[in-house]
Amino acid sequence: MSWESVIGLEVHIQLATRSKIFSGASTAFGAEPNTLACAIDLGLPGTLPVLNREALRMALTFGLAIDADIARECRFDRKNYFYPDLPKGYQISQFEAPVVSGGTVTIDAGAGERRIGITRAHLEEDAGKSLHEDYAGMTGIDLNRAGTPLLEVVSEPDLRSPAEAAAFFRELRALARHLRISDGNLNEGSMRCDANVSVRRTGEQALGERTEIKNLNSFRFIERAIRHEIARHIDVLERGGHVTRETRLYDAERDETRPMRGKELSDDYRYFPEPDLLPVSISEALLAEARAALGELPRAKRRRYQETLGLNAAEARQLAEEPNVAAYFEAVADASKPRRAAHWMMDQVAAALNRSGLDIAACPVPAAQLANLLRRIDEGVVSGKIATTIFDVLWRDGGDVDAIIEAQGLRQVSDVGELAGIVARVVAAHPDQARQFRAGKGKVLGFFVGQVMKETSGKADPKQANALLLQALADG
Amino acid sequence: MVPAADIATLRRGLDAGEYSARELAQDALARIEAANPGLNCFITITGEQALAAADTADARIAAGGAAPLTGIPIAHKDLFCTAGVPTTCASRMLAEFMASYDATVVARLADAGGVSLGKTNMDEFAMGASNETSWFGPVRNPWRHSRTPGGSSGGSAAAVAAGLVPLATGTDTGGSIRQPAAFCGVTGLKPTYGRVSRYGMVAFASSLDQGGAFARSVADVEWLLLAMEGHDPRDSTSAARPPTTRAPTTGMTLGMPREYWDGLDAGMARCLQAATRELEAAGAALKDVSLPHTAAAVPAYYVIASAEASANLARYDGVRFGHRAAEPKSLDDLYQRSRGEGFGAEVKRRILTGAYVLSVGYYDAYYLKAQRVRRLIRQDFLNAFAAVDAIVAPVTPSVAFELGAVRDPVAMYRQDVFTTPANLAGLPAMSVPCGFQDGLPVGLQLIAPHFGEGRLLALGTALQNRTDWHLRRPPAA
Repeated sequence: MSWESVIGLEVHIQLATRSKIFSGASTAFGAEPNTLACAIDLGLPGTLPVLNREALRMALTFGLAIDADIARECRFDRKNYFYPDLPKGYQISQFEAPVVSGGTVTIDAGAGERRIGITRAHLEEDAGKSLHEDYAGMTGIDLNRAGTPLLEVVSEPDLRSPAEAAAFFRELRALARHLRISDGNLNEGSMRCDANVSVRRTGEQALGERTEIKNLNSFRFIERAIRHEIARHIDVLERGGHVTRETRLYDAERDETRPMRGKELSDDYRYFPEPDLLPVSISEALLAEARAALGELPRAKRRRYQETLGLNAAEARQLAEEPNVAAYFEAVADASKPRRAAHWMMDQVAAALNRSGLDIAACPVPAAQLANLLRRIDEGVVSGKIATTIFDVLWRDGGDVDAIIEAQGLRQVSDVGELAGIVARVVAAHPDQARQFRAGKGKVLGFFVGQVMKETSGKADPKQANALLLQALADG
Repeated sequence: MVPAADIATLRRGLDAGEYSARELAQDALARIEAANPGLNCFITITGEQALAAADTADARIAAGGAAPLTGIPIAHKDLFCTAGVPTTCASRMLAEFMASYDATVVARLADAGGVSLGKTNMDEFAMGASNETSWFGPVRNPWRHSRTPGGSSGGSAAAVAAGLVPLATGTDTGGSIRQPAAFCGVTGLKPTYGRVSRYGMVAFASSLDQGGAFARSVADVEWLLLAMEGHDPRDSTSAARPPTTRAPTTGMTLGMPREYWDGLDAGMARCLQAATRELEAAGAALKDVSLPHTAAAVPAYYVIASAEASANLARYDGVRFGHRAAEPKSLDDLYQRSRGEGFGAEVKRRILTGAYVLSVGYYDAYYLKAQRVRRLIRQDFLNAFAAVDAIVAPVTPSVAFELGAVRDPVAMYRQDVFTTPANLAGLPAMSVPCGFQDGLPVGLQLIAPHFGEGRLLALGTALQNRTDWHLRRPPAA
């Protein structure tokens, strides 16, 4: 009998607010330890939290994007546990009355679209970081991250494979980035997830006992950790054993999960309503602000790229994933042929960005210049090959496409008389190859095209050169 | 110089140049130095800072820019954070703690020109009704040194009663201003929850804690309240309300809740009833009312206050500030010994109680039920206030008891029977002196609807205009 895996994710999305969720301290990444923790973040006696309105607005925007129920009033609770990087000895979170409940996120892991239910999404503060490596026999505490706003998104156990889990995480990231509520930067820990995994015999309704894998922060690790955990469950069950409900950590180096130890675990967090914050009523004005920030959602964007711009599914997915890439692409596609724009984005632009380690936001070639360049190809002013040369010049030196074409004499040779002369010379200069062609060796045509290109420094219109060569060779 | 003068008199004296703020501070500091070894009402005396603040006040007075409190000496309960001055909460845990910022209340009073002379003794983390849980030893009642001054704001009450300062701040979570005010024969006001900012007030039970004022008279309490109150964007529970203004007393109907008055000690009842007759004579009508859930207030209070305290005091873990155990062997050892050594027995009892009532399996039976009781008590008051303008009641079941006499913690908790309901309901309440029994002061409690401080001030003033109980001074002062 076969097994079915049942997976639910809890995804922590770090919200891109300028200041922390309950204090005015900055949320910048990478500062010297403990330089961005104010009295409130440090949990100094007497300090009190004040909710960051922008964090709430972002949570609402997310809720609207997934068609969730938005609470008219939400509340904060204290989650109590001791850990050195948790300054107050409790985390302010939402337990009983989260800001967002319900909603769905649609994923496509290759087997068609699937709607994944969202149980809830709630706001909470992040803890600091414990640094175990740098201090022999001691632990360093960096509280810069303490108080950073998180939106914890909890899915229903609707995911059925590691690939679906990764696709769900990817979709949430795309969504968060489009809504501009998170930078989604995985390397900086802006998104992390915990996976709840269980298996059951195919066809069974009841859920098997689950385990939770904590703190996964890349698409690859999510997939690998869950795959390993599923295999472990099946192995235990097939040997007649029982899965123990527990929390586990994934060790990427050994590609295995193992039980988690330590103080972060508690069976009883003694949640109770946070008395320092009154229940928050969601005003119409704030909801309107949240709605205004929605923009075009990734799914709608992908559909439009396919239906209106004629891209295939893979192209649409790749170009719609990053909001800045999508914006750049749309600017180019609006002023040239969309499919050509898509190909250029995915080839030349992607490769150049990759080579120089740049983000699209820092791309040295403005979208308008790339669009100009692509239009010159369409108009037959330059060939595709020459265009890549021009792109390299634009990348390196900047400037204007038409100016570069004129200055470097890159205009395509499409004057029939001029090109016919060159063709005639080339054919005359290579009588042996001409004979071979006429004897039926069609491949030799490529040689002649190459020679024409060499003569014209690549500026010949390949189509025209082909036609003229065929004519010249037939004539001879 | 003028130890028993009221604020209006001091204001006139300062503005007329009869004495300077510096002289006033020096005089008070000298009396504190003399009296404190006996009373133990100050934990920290800040002479140097006081004189600097007094000089600033003098300059301001000279420039004609004096506010009502400019140059007036004041003391802060030692759980208001003060930058550069220790804030101990009378706990070993914070014995060496120095706050990095001023509490909103401290900053507002400093801005008003008040001259802080130091930090007053209290029960540890405000948990106690006798001042005996202080790490620095109990405060003594100026009226009789063998007696408690009450708690937790016993140091502030005793300092005002002994004439060491005309004004002092306090906090009231379950009676911690009103009970010591009653025991020490001074006027003590617990404002409406949200009236005074809690920012920088070290938390005991966040939904109940409220900063307030001690003075010798209602008129002086009013000056202090006006300088303390008001919305604070740093405290999400602080209310944006217009400033307190006195209400007219004539035509007020006062409710006497039978649950407070029935079964009262005969001597206490005599004093209190005499005071109610004075209020009647001042134009108020008396009416019997019922607050049926009063008996459940103390148990509900101790569940809710302890639950919140268990979380509020979790930050004292020896990691970032406060007492840290020597040479910890492990993280658990650091936690256990830092907290074990840093907290006293009563604080530990409340943390344990609080953790217990929030635990899985007990939450519904204790915490949730206590919250239901809290709503019922609040509703009791709202029902009563539909028929009366304010409530008159005793503050305490007895006068100040002997230090060391109440050993059973639950018996100590019962001291709060008449004071915790106002905290649970978030109402403003005030204790005003109304007589003596066995030579010790008795306090009358006035409770008003939310943000009805103006009624309390009016009623208290009416009483103090007709009686002189508030003018009596303890023998030594």
